[in-house]
Amino acid sequence: MLLRHTPVEIKERKSLTVNPAKACQPIGAMYAALGIHGCLPHSHGSQGCCAYHRSTLTRHYKEPIMAATSSFTEGSSVFGGQSNLLQAINNIFTIYNPDIIAVHTTCLSETIGDDVNQICRKAKDDGKVPEGKYVIHTNTPGYVGSHITGFSNMVKSMVKHFSESTGEKKNQINIISGWVEPSDMREIKKLAKNIGVKIVLFPDTSDVLDAPQRGKHSFYPKGGVTIPELKSTGDSKFTLALGRFASEAPAKELEKKCKVRYRVVDIPLGLSATDRFVTACSRAAGVNVPDSITEERGRLVDIITDMQQYFYNKKVALFGDPDHLIALTEFLVDLDMKPIHIISGTSGKQFEKRIRKILECKVPEANVKNGATADMFLLHQWIKNEPVDLLIGNTYGKYIARDEDIPFIRMGFPILDRIGHSYFPTVGYTGGMRILEKILAALMDRQDRDSLEESFELVM
Amino acid sequence: MKSDTKLPEPCGIQEDILKKYPSKVARKRSKSIVLNDPKTEQEIQANIRTVPGIITQRGCCYAGCKGVVLGPTRDIINLTHGPIGCGFYSWATRRNQTRPGPDGDNFMPYCFSTDMQDDNIVFGGEKKLREAIQEAYDIFHPKMIGIFATCPVGLIGDDIHAVAREMKEKLGINIFGFSCEGYKGVSQSAGHHIANNQIFKHVVGLDDTVKEGKFKINLLGEYNIGGDAFLIEDLFKRCGLTLISTYSGNSSVDHFANSHTADLNLIMCHRSINYVAKMMEKKFGIPWLKINFIGAEATAKSLRKIAQYFGDKELIKQVEKVIGEEMPAVLEARKDVEPRTRGKLAMIFVGGSRAHHYQYLFSEIGMKTVAAGYEFAHRDDYEGRKVLPQIKVDADSRNIEEVVVEKDPKRYRLRKTEQELDALKKKGMEISKYEGMMSEMEPNSVVIDDISQYETEKLIDKYKPAVFCAGIKEKYTVQKRGIPMKQLHSYDYGGPFAAFKGAINFYREMDRTVNTKVWRMIKAPWENEPEITATFVVE
Repeated sequence: MLLRHTPVEIKERKSLTVNPAKACQPIGAMYAALGIHGCLPHSHGSQGCCAYHRSTLTRHYKEPIMAATSSFTEGSSVFGGQSNLLQAINNIFTIYNPDIIAVHTTCLSETIGDDVNQICRKAKDDGKVPEGKYVIHTNTPGYVGSHITGFSNMVKSMVKHFSESTGEKKNQINIISGWVEPSDMREIKKLAKNIGVKIVLFPDTSDVLDAPQRGKHSFYPKGGVTIPELKSTGDSKFTLALGRFASEAPAKELEKKCKVRYRVVDIPLGLSATDRFVTACSRAAGVNVPDSITEERGRLVDIITDMQQYFYNKKVALFGDPDHLIALTEFLVDLDMKPIHIISGTSGKQFEKRIRKILECKVPEANVKNGATADMFLLHQWIKNEPVDLLIGNTYGKYIARDEDIPFIRMGFPILDRIGHSYFPTVGYTGGMRILEKILAALMDRQDRDSLEESFELVM
Repeated sequence: MKSDTKLPEPCGIQEDILKKYPSKVARKRSKSIVLNDPKTEQEIQANIRTVPGIITQRGCCYAGCKGVVLGPTRDIINLTHGPIGCGFYSWATRRNQTRPGPDGDNFMPYCFSTDMQDDNIVFGGEKKLREAIQEAYDIFHPKMIGIFATCPVGLIGDDIHAVAREMKEKLGINIFGFSCEGYKGVSQSAGHHIANNQIFKHVVGLDDTVKEGKFKINLLGEYNIGGDAFLIEDLFKRCGLTLISTYSGNSSVDHFANSHTADLNLIMCHRSINYVAKMMEKKFGIPWLKINFIGAEATAKSLRKIAQYFGDKELIKQVEKVIGEEMPAVLEARKDVEPRTRGKLAMIFVGGSRAHHYQYLFSEIGMKTVAAGYEFAHRDDYEGRKVLPQIKVDADSRNIEEVVVEKDPKRYRLRKTEQELDALKKKGMEISKYEGMMSEMEPNSVVIDDISQYETEKLIDKYKPAVFCAGIKEKYTVQKRGIPMKQLHSYDYGGPFAAFKGAINFYREMDRTVNTKVWRMIKAPWENEPEITATFVVE
């Protein structure tokens, strides 16, 4: 047994988190910043933060994750990090020549109270920011929220720094992507294109974190939302914010700053959420949904009709990030499955409310918890008390899956021990098909493994 | 390293790198880039602050303390006192393999954190820490708890040591803290030091049981990445050596507590732990030898060195027997692989010792290390311990405690007299000695401390090495350039690479790495063709 010390009996914990279902803000800010073209993220804190975030993101995306750090020492922690950040900005522009540096703070610089806004202004005043280049910043103390909050904060800063309203509306809508894979961002763009909507997707890590192997490392790959595109978001007709937790704050900021109305829809993961996304896109742009999309949808529904007998009432445990879990839970319910244990480390009252609403007819008794001490240790204990047929979550789930002998599907962040998740989408109708294929394979592989020789079947 | 061919001339590489840097940065970095001439005594700047913004490989003090030294120890609850990130990122992300001990304890797959929130930062986190320790005790009943401080903890002034003392008293188990805030020191190295100091002060010497065994040893600085230590443990057993403790891989706090009863300390990673050997020598009378189990020849040499140190005929015979059993397979693998690896260039930029040790493995299959450097080492790891008296203590190292030790009146035991040690030294045995990496590297090799992303790119573009070895952060920037990359912190899910069987694994791994087909498939066939004038166009 790997998690051999996890008891069945659940004791209430107030202060101890064991096996967290969240990471911290700065890593989200770093990921979001990589979705801007020509951007070098910068971590204003100790070296370790930047090293940890780069390592984790690299292990997940299997791609170069370039980011710099202010390399605080004890001295800078006492006297403030201004001199470190000014030096860093100068060095980065001189050596690595990005179009934009996206600074995020850390526990350290926040606790000592560094005024990053003022330091960035000073860098500009001192001539450390070359003409036509930008330094943006966001506050991401690790002791507030989670990696999703940090992602959201960095995207909000993109709006704060770049979005402009020229007074002339453009024939386009904004889509704020939320924390999804590069392949998902590509799929969202494809869906929008097929619907016939011109969009600005931000952030956009496709062609950045799934860059092709061409024999040379392009420090700033061709993908990412460009600065002119970001500026133009203030002139867009409408904003679709995908996922309340990651995308509502920047959408709200954009409405406040440039009067661009917004609507929050779920990440288009699964049938119903994708339906709502497609409908929202077509309404926002005033175009009919083309038949090609309806056909794509039809393929997904066709697969569900083929598969649903194997899914019916199967119990599922899931953990991960709130926006994903909301859409995924709904999809599982659409498949007649029973999500009975759901955990997210990210706090926010909306989460449980929304999940309960989705589950109210199917699984009113489900265990749902998010925020402090909603960790994988608790999830494991729930599973010990009421076993499940399937576990869905990030790589860390493999320990529970092995100990409890549960079929396991990797979804979410981080996935450290597999390759491919960043190349194949889970959003849209196509992504839905992929999720279905994975679920069925996991369940049937288990049936094949466990069946008696005489009941080992060739055909379905 | 021996070699029959010369390395390419480094002509101008240093200037080429430095010219892009702002002048202050160039001045500073110039002292950390050395064109090696092993015949002369060359100084290299190491263990100093990283230039902000330069894109470094380095991590922080906490990473070194919690992740590296205590992380591989199975029977202690390592509780991170801080916001969630630090605990999360250091959760099972190093490949220190561990078997549960006889008591069944293994907390390594777990991550324990106080998950500090903003109100803890404002009002202090001691209460939460106290509660978390109580909860950990109530649920897990551990025999020991270590508390690891993160950046904000030091800044807001939480006294983790006072809480540790109080809870130790209350619960009756060993609890102690590590002031390893991320901003301390200039790299992970500071964290190694803090971790080792605290183990030395709070654990070593707690168990005086003298275990059976004629030749009792501790293995210091072996972290059991990918199972390295398992292979070394097996060798020791077959040779008749009794392993008391490993710092720290497949390790137990019970072993640390008893480690002062060993007869000899063996240092694998000089950087992360040499001071522990020194302290144990002074306090308990245990001499130390630098050994290295990376490379088959180095492994054989190290085993012989240990046998000679003890000077026991039976042991010497047994060691030769084991080497004799292992070497045929090693030589066979080498013979198979070498024609495909000979003369190829390697670069190694990792750690505090690996950049040195892995050069042995490369040279065994005829590969040449053209450039190497450490991420967090000090000058003595490059230049040898002879420079120790010259190293000045600066502001960043001053805050890392130097534990003052004295002879332990009860536990000190002279293992070998001065005369005996002198006699061994006269026979050519190096005791308490390490010559560092640079004297063993070839002329014209390039040595760079704390290499930056930019310097990495320059080196690769100039030399186009057959393989570049570093960590996960560098992995894909190297490979995107069409150059194979091998992680030497984590071995990319591979290994073990230590001892004889590990050497065979490494030969085969390098054969695969430098000869895999994919690197020849990067260009699409049409990319090398001239433009074709369209004769048929799809509408």
